[in-house]
Amino acid sequence: MSSRRSRQSGTSRITDDQIIELVSKLRQFVPEIRNRRSDKVPASKVLQETCNYIRSLHREVDDLSQRLSQLLATIDADSEEASIIRSLIAQ
Amino acid sequence: MISKGATRNSNSRRIKFARRFVSALLHMRNQNPRPGSLSIEGSVRTRSQRIKIAAYLSMAQAVGSRRAWSRAVLSKLGSRARRHMRRMGRSSLGSLKKKRVIRSYSPGELGQAKKLRQLVPGGETMDICSLLEETAHYITCLATQVKVMQTLADNFSK
Repeated sequence: MSSRRSRQSGTSRITDDQIIELVSKLRQFVPEIRNRRSDKVPASKVLQETCNYIRSLHREVDDLSQRLSQLLATIDADSEEASIIRSLIAQ
Repeated sequence: MISKGATRNSNSRRIKFARRFVSALLHMRNQNPRPGSLSIEGSVRTRSQRIKIAAYLSMAQAVGSRRAWSRAVLSKLGSRARRHMRRMGRSSLGSLKKKRVIRSYSPGELGQAKKLRQLVPGGETMDICSLLEETAHYITCLATQVKVMQTLADNFSK
């Protein structure tokens, strides 16, 4: 038995319906298009917005890493405990 | 809509990530008191680069090996992978090489899916269904990662 085939979803062919369902599910995760009506947002737009969203998240991680690297030198023993607890509780 | 079970999962994941990431930060702070560059295993990385790597690594560790994307991150960034690739030669590199997977392309998906594959860790070898599922999970984890980092940055600057 080919291990490659067993790794794909049950059927040997992925149906269009499956893809449509997954793309519409993906919409919920992307803030840009979450609230727009599903028939007005084509799949290509969903994928494009998803890519943009991921890239913007990566940029934010970069910026925050730089910020944290500058702040790291300044934190002292007392405030870090409180910061950690606060950040863990924060929603 | 996120169900209650998923919220519990995402909370524990957020806390796991925050713990690992913060302990990595403190470790960095105690390791080298002077800010700036440090030579690591022959490669020079700025502290902000190390922080970025620690963030992605901590999140992948918090997720574990349940997800294809987190497995890809772990094998790429994990210290074991680095030691492996340096000491051993062919044998381990063979297992790290991407396996050729037959993907069934849907017409019309090719253009944007290709970009998505490059953005999602491990996306290159997934079929389109897995890619979409992994993307959704990856996005939620990334968003959590950003929120925690943001909160830390806000708290540290007080």
